[in-house]
Amino acid sequence: MRERPPPLIVGAGPAGIRAAITLVAAGLRPVVVDEGHACGGQIYRQPLAADKRDDRARYGSEAAKASRLHRAFAALGSDIDYRPNTLLWNLRDGAADVLRDGTSRRFAYDGLILATGATDRVLPIPGWTLPGVFTLGGAQIALKAQGCAIGRRVVFAGAGPLLYLVAWQYMKAGVDVAAVLDAAPLPAKLNLLRALPLAPGIVLRGLRMAAELAFGGTRVQFGVSGLRIEGEGRVARIVYHAGGRERAMACDGVGYGLNLRSETQAADLAGCAFRFDPRDRAHLPERDAAGRSSVAGVYLAGDGARIAGADAAEAAGERAALALLEDRGLPHDPARAADLEHVLARIDRLRDLLEAAFPFPSHGAGDIADDTLLCRCEEIRAGDARRAIARFSLTEMNRLKAVTRIGMGRCQGRMCGAAAAELLAAQTRRDIGAVGRLRAQAPIKPIPLAAGLSIDERQHDPAH
Amino acid sequence: MPLLHRLVRTDSAVIRFTIDGTPCQGHAGDTVLTAVLCHAERLRRSEFTGSPRAGFCQMGACQDCWVQLDSGERLRACTTPLAEGMHIITQRRGSHA
Repeated sequence: MRERPPPLIVGAGPAGIRAAITLVAAGLRPVVVDEGHACGGQIYRQPLAADKRDDRARYGSEAAKASRLHRAFAALGSDIDYRPNTLLWNLRDGAADVLRDGTSRRFAYDGLILATGATDRVLPIPGWTLPGVFTLGGAQIALKAQGCAIGRRVVFAGAGPLLYLVAWQYMKAGVDVAAVLDAAPLPAKLNLLRALPLAPGIVLRGLRMAAELAFGGTRVQFGVSGLRIEGEGRVARIVYHAGGRERAMACDGVGYGLNLRSETQAADLAGCAFRFDPRDRAHLPERDAAGRSSVAGVYLAGDGARIAGADAAEAAGERAALALLEDRGLPHDPARAADLEHVLARIDRLRDLLEAAFPFPSHGAGDIADDTLLCRCEEIRAGDARRAIARFSLTEMNRLKAVTRIGMGRCQGRMCGAAAAELLAAQTRRDIGAVGRLRAQAPIKPIPLAAGLSIDERQHDPAH
Repeated sequence: MPLLHRLVRTDSAVIRFTIDGTPCQGHAGDTVLTAVLCHAERLRRSEFTGSPRAGFCQMGACQDCWVQLDSGERLRACTTPLAEGMHIITQRRGSHA
């Protein structure tokens, strides 16, 4: 009898790590494919080389969680087939194509756990392609993983808990944080009081960060709109509306983001059904409470399935792995599964309140100026998209892509897709859920042409 | 003035490379993005308008930080470790600028 191929876990952040630990404990030897050079994902990302900072300095209040996950994953050793620095670029017919060091390989899997994480969600603003403007996540990675500041005098703008966290981390690192410009009005923050009983630690830590920033001399401004970044060849100032007037502030670095956006391309290639999620304002792969997708043997966990944060990702990764074990007829722990689902349901209620406290400024899409770049890869302006929508009576995202090339550039819509959907919905006066979503295409990230011919490991597999 | 400012790892092993032919020094543990932007204000110019670009997401998603080596090889600066002797091109001949 042929041996079953191994399960495949995509991503080695908190969800992927917990999934791997759970499968190994049950006697399986999963393949773990991860683009990172080391485990941790973006939230617990490890530096390329030691830099004299300990976990406490690097990860702050989350240091214990980061250390625990890094250690536990390292302890798996050869109990997993770990492939770092490896891009999953295609999934088809029960096989995965992965690229490492310019060489692509294809191998069969039996059971797939997608833990693909998230990136910052953005709406285009004038000047967002200027050197010195990074996403909030990018600004944080520069500091955490590379030990660099994105400027001497930095402004953080947008929405979401990450806005305050990154600003606070920069302040603690000794950087001049000129301002935190929050798109949400102050009354939205009252939702944090309702979140207090659910997660007092998280809420109080967030409030303390905001207070420390304000006492440290950072301008903390709520209800900000009309953001634009100006400069000749690099960031020189940020301009914004607040309190009924326009203000400008000199700075040489900007961190910008509007909460997070799930990375769903792999789920799309795996054939998962999607549905619109009002909280994330995005089409997301369907899943049950255990993490089962609409496709048998494909499981979803972590921010790549729906934005819920690192703690939820750990629980969801373990829960999805337990579902895989159950579906494979292997011993699993139903009581543990129930506990994890309880944890996830509680975090989900917290996310509802956090989303209300840090709302996405959806009204901003209709206000994007015609001459603002919507697509930074293909350099397509909002006005070009609007004219195409009007001329061809476009109502659906893939038609918009076909006509304008929005979403067809190197980023495959990662940076512009959310904004293009908001713009299309605003112009056609349709609900954001009714304009469709960009279909994923392989390769989901750029690969060398020569790598398109995979070395097929299935033909070299001694089990065959 | 460079775009990024190094706060740590100032005394780790030196890695020599060039930006458009100018000799530069990075440090062990640098990505190509970090190494270039600790010296320069941009990584490349955009294909259509020639506007300067210096990366955006720093996590391999936005594809804004592709640079070219003088060998012709292209690489994503935010996810590629700096290596000794890299000759990095941020300004192609015949480009807009």
